[in-house]
Amino acid sequence: MRPFSYQRATDPDMAVQALGAAAAANNPVTKALVQPLAGGTTLIDLMKLDVMRPAAIVDINPLARGWSAIEPKSDGLRLGALAKMSDVAAHAEIERNYPVIADSLKLAASAQLRNMATLGGNVMQRTRCSYFRDVSYENCNKRSPGSGCAAMDGVNRMHAVLGVSDQCIATYPGDFAQALIALDAMAEITGKAGTRSMPFAQLHKAPGSTPDIETTLQPGELISAFSIQGRWPRSVYLKARDRQSYEFALSSAAVALDVQDGAIRDARVALGGVATVPWRAREAEALLKGQEFDEALARRAADAAFAEAKGRRHNSFKIALGKRVVARALQQAVTMEI
Amino acid sequence: MTAAAPEPKANMGTPVPRYDAAAKVTGRATYAADMPLDNPAYAFLVTSAIAKGRIDRFDLDDARRVRGVIEIVTHENAPKLKESKLFSNGGYAGTTIQPLKSVEIAHDGQIIAVIVAESYEAAREAANRVKVSCTVSAPSATFDSPGATTAAAKGQNAQFKEDPKVGDFAKAFEEAEVKLTAAYDTPAQHHNPMELFTTSCAWMGDNLVIYEGSQYVYGLKNGVAEQLGIDADKVRVVNPYVGGGFGSRGSMTPRTAIIAAIAKRLNRPIKLVPTRDQGFTITTYRAETRHEIRLGASRDGRLVALRHAGFEVSSRPDAYCVGGTKTTTRLYACPNVDSLVSIVRADRNTPGFMRSPPEVPYLFALESALDELAVKLDMDPIELRRINDATNEPIDGKPYTSRSLMACFDEAAKAFGWSQRSPQPKSMSDGDWLIGYGCAATCYPTQMAPCAARVRLQRDGRTRVEIAGHEIGTGAYTIIAQTAAERLGVPLEKVAVFIGDSDLPPAPVAGGSNSTASTCSAVMMVCDQIRQRLLKAVMPSDSLADKAKETVGISPAPSTQAAKSDRPLDIEKAFDALGVGIVEEYGEWKPDGAPMDSFTAMHRGQPRFVGGHQMKDKIAYAFGAEFVEVRINRFTHEIRCPRLVGAFAAGRIMNSRTARSQLMGGLIWGMSSALLEATEIDERYARYVNDNLADYLVPVNADVPGVEVIMLSEQDDHINPAGAKGLGELGNVGTNAAICNAIYHATGQRIRRLPVRLENIEV
Ligand SMILES: Cc1cc2nc3c(=O)[nH]c(=O)nc-3n(C[C@H](O)[C@H](O)[C@H](O)COP(=O)(O)OP(=O)(O)OC[C@H]3O[C@@H](n4cnc5c(N)ncnc54)[C@H](O)[C@@H]3O)c2cc1C
Ligand code: SF4
Repeated sequence: MRPFSYQRATDPDMAVQALGAAAAANNPVTKALVQPLAGGTTLIDLMKLDVMRPAAIVDINPLARGWSAIEPKSDGLRLGALAKMSDVAAHAEIERNYPVIADSLKLAASAQLRNMATLGGNVMQRTRCSYFRDVSYENCNKRSPGSGCAAMDGVNRMHAVLGVSDQCIATYPGDFAQALIALDAMAEITGKAGTRSMPFAQLHKAPGSTPDIETTLQPGELISAFSIQGRWPRSVYLKARDRQSYEFALSSAAVALDVQDGAIRDARVALGGVATVPWRAREAEALLKGQEFDEALARRAADAAFAEAKGRRHNSFKIALGKRVVARALQQAVTMEI
Repeated sequence: MTAAAPEPKANMGTPVPRYDAAAKVTGRATYAADMPLDNPAYAFLVTSAIAKGRIDRFDLDDARRVRGVIEIVTHENAPKLKESKLFSNGGYAGTTIQPLKSVEIAHDGQIIAVIVAESYEAAREAANRVKVSCTVSAPSATFDSPGATTAAAKGQNAQFKEDPKVGDFAKAFEEAEVKLTAAYDTPAQHHNPMELFTTSCAWMGDNLVIYEGSQYVYGLKNGVAEQLGIDADKVRVVNPYVGGGFGSRGSMTPRTAIIAAIAKRLNRPIKLVPTRDQGFTITTYRAETRHEIRLGASRDGRLVALRHAGFEVSSRPDAYCVGGTKTTTRLYACPNVDSLVSIVRADRNTPGFMRSPPEVPYLFALESALDELAVKLDMDPIELRRINDATNEPIDGKPYTSRSLMACFDEAAKAFGWSQRSPQPKSMSDGDWLIGYGCAATCYPTQMAPCAARVRLQRDGRTRVEIAGHEIGTGAYTIIAQTAAERLGVPLEKVAVFIGDSDLPPAPVAGGSNSTASTCSAVMMVCDQIRQRLLKAVMPSDSLADKAKETVGISPAPSTQAAKSDRPLDIEKAFDALGVGIVEEYGEWKPDGAPMDSFTAMHRGQPRFVGGHQMKDKIAYAFGAEFVEVRINRFTHEIRCPRLVGAFAAGRIMNSRTARSQLMGGLIWGMSSALLEATEIDERYARYVNDNLADYLVPVNADVPGVEVIMLSEQDDHINPAGAKGLGELGNVGTNAAICNAIYHATGQRIRRLPVRLENIEV
């Protein structure tokens, strides 16, 4: 770790100002000289590994009083960005009306991490690509643009098959973001100019030719809340992983359905563990909408979700696995008792 | 009694709670890096990012500018150290690759510089700022890599003496009614003990104290003295607690002498705390292995031919070898046996012992092959083992001192519910999950080594036992205290145990599961010396000779009853008769058949092991049987292991609580070695990739919901006075085969390569 200065932000303005101070010259936000600190379970880790080298951190935990509310409403849900993963996961109304959210959080990380980690930090967590996290490997385009990609022909079992580019195949590792993107969540962004709202789906950026730019967030901006319209009691999060707990997804599916009289009125499918960003499988959704559910339909939807997938030496299995996970998640969502 | 403290059966000690339990759960137990030092400086290692090549240039300007940096040591200014030979060639070292000696880089993560600073943080920051330019050569990573060389182990490694064979394998295999040929692979694995590979060194004048988690304080003391070129008596190694070893701390690593020499140069204590990922390359590991097994059997299941060829990876300069054929060729009755072990040299750090070094990979191959043979014969795998059970090992025809293999199978089968298994593959399921049952044998050689102890008794019964043994989490304190209390007839609470200090009487390396047998035998002997002095004071001299025979003996083991004698010894009366305040005895014990130089070697930090197949006229092993239930998800192919059941027999069980804990940990590790653990190697660079505990998978609680340990009563009077067989490395052998056998049962798919991941399942 390198020396850094530490500051506590006691109100949002102060936080935004502190973050914005050294911002101008620094793009992308992950390389900004000043970084916000929430639970710290990603940030401190990467600082110890010398991957992130902020000169200053701004502790935003004092903002929790205003930014950690869990607010179920009759027509939707609002979640403060500083709410802890564990609190949201265990919230009775979320378990009842948004099981996909509750489960995506429950199945993530470990109890200790969930107690520390916040929703805002969670969606901003960075890839687990081993080459990215180990600075002794020189070739990582995400860390040092233009240096190459060690994972492309290296140990890439955990890497992505969707949304990849010839510059980077790193997986977006989180679980909760899949639930958000499936439910068309909005992200509330607080910055110098106040607070704006944008679709959560616009937050993350596929690697393309600039894998170092991971989000559309600008230095000096913070996520303050997430909001969701409607209720999604018929929803599931299915996660396949190497061990039974405390492990990232090899493949996961967030599925939410609206089924009326046997017909699927609305379908939401998002994929985790297989893509470079939180991934919405709109092709699958299109096939499902208006149809009556059967196994063949589930399989066709799953095939459609992975139509564009590109496997590499160690991760091709994720294509077949991902399809089975999607089909199974759909089946579970259709048959669940609500 | 509880599940954690099972009711002792015949020939089992009471499950007294751990001697060090309170200290450990309250955080008072002091590990090496917790030892207070007077004004220490902090060291941080810089390790190489290439596996092969030369250092051209260091740019240290940036690093030197970090506030608090005291010294940066590279090959250009490193203290000169003497070489130490590999432990298997009569030295102390786990590797002969000596870093900071030249510009050469021989493996990934080799130490290339040491930063010393006023704080850990400054040292680490400076390490981040070191720039090094290298000329890189293409390394050979592993099997099949260009440049890797293969040669027979025999002749390269002094400890691998012979490829066991007997009869005429080729002919018998040719003529066998049923034949099987199959190849198996096991991956590289790292021990990853919780305690990092720390070292603290402090000099007082010419005397050096080293605080380091070690499984062999005498080996480390002598090895470091040799490298520094000083008298071994000037070096003291201290570690009252070791945060797990698993073999990684059995031999000396290069870091210790380097830190000691720098501490001397700077005239200041130095504390080194390497990172988790550095631990992957600055110590040893279990290298990947390959196996080819050929089995020939008669139609009724009798083995007629067995061949085991093993291939193991080692480093360029060192021929480390586990050579598990010594066990696999002797486990079952088979008249025609052949074997060959080869070593493949690559540009890697030197591998070394890892919990059950030979048996984990080699029994995976044999016990998987036996299951495959059972399928070919359409026979229950337990019955196949029964038919081939042996009272004498086939190579030299020596009898087993005791062997409860089939009794273990029967007990475990009953507890597991093996009779509920429908033999057909793919025939059992529960909802989304396919179910498979599998089993395999485990065994581990019973080993002992010369060991000394000092015991001091006071009139009020207070007892102090001193022995340079090692508490690596196994329960050494506890059973040493129990042994002394029982032998002297004093209450357990009155016994204080001091171990983990090379100023105490020497004990062998805590490896090869010999510690209990060796240390307890030595403690028993020295307690008997005390008893004799006391008896002498209160007993007429004529009956003394008989008493001596009764209490001090090596074979057969004196029973506890005999030790206590028919008449309880009145300690206070004996003290009064003697007229002394303290009775103290020192003694050196060696097992039957130990070589002439045993005791001098013991003090030099070189253990002379006796046991396993190397005993005269007999062979000693502990046995067990392991049963597992695996569940495989039809959709995700995730593999889970809800039940592990093992039955074990290991001679005298000193304490049914600590023994169970060892065996339970073993079963869990065995499962882990089948389904989770593997060090991923980037073959392009010969570098480890998943070198941290997030990516190197080990089980979490949710992975092991059901683990059942059954200990069978077994008495063996032919091994050592304690009557104990080592069991620390028994539990994790064979589990990997049992899991693959269960996967076959669940899916009909035979997997011969570990670890098994969900992508390997095709259903
Ligand atoms: C061993 C391990 C296993 C894990 N397993 C899983 C898993 O299975 N599934 C899963 O989903 N996650 C997993 N995680 C990741 C974990 O969930 C994240 O580290 C955590 O959610 C991050 O939240 P935090 O509050 O600690 O973020 P921090 O570390 O504080 O912040 C993360 C990043 O986001 C920025 N940031 C924080 N808050 C905001 C905000 N409000 N607005 C803008 N930027 C912000 C920070 O500057 C930083 O760059 C695992 C982590 C570990 C260490
Ligand atoms: S996949 Fe992306 S993060 Fe990983 S090495 Fe390649 S560029 Fe870096």
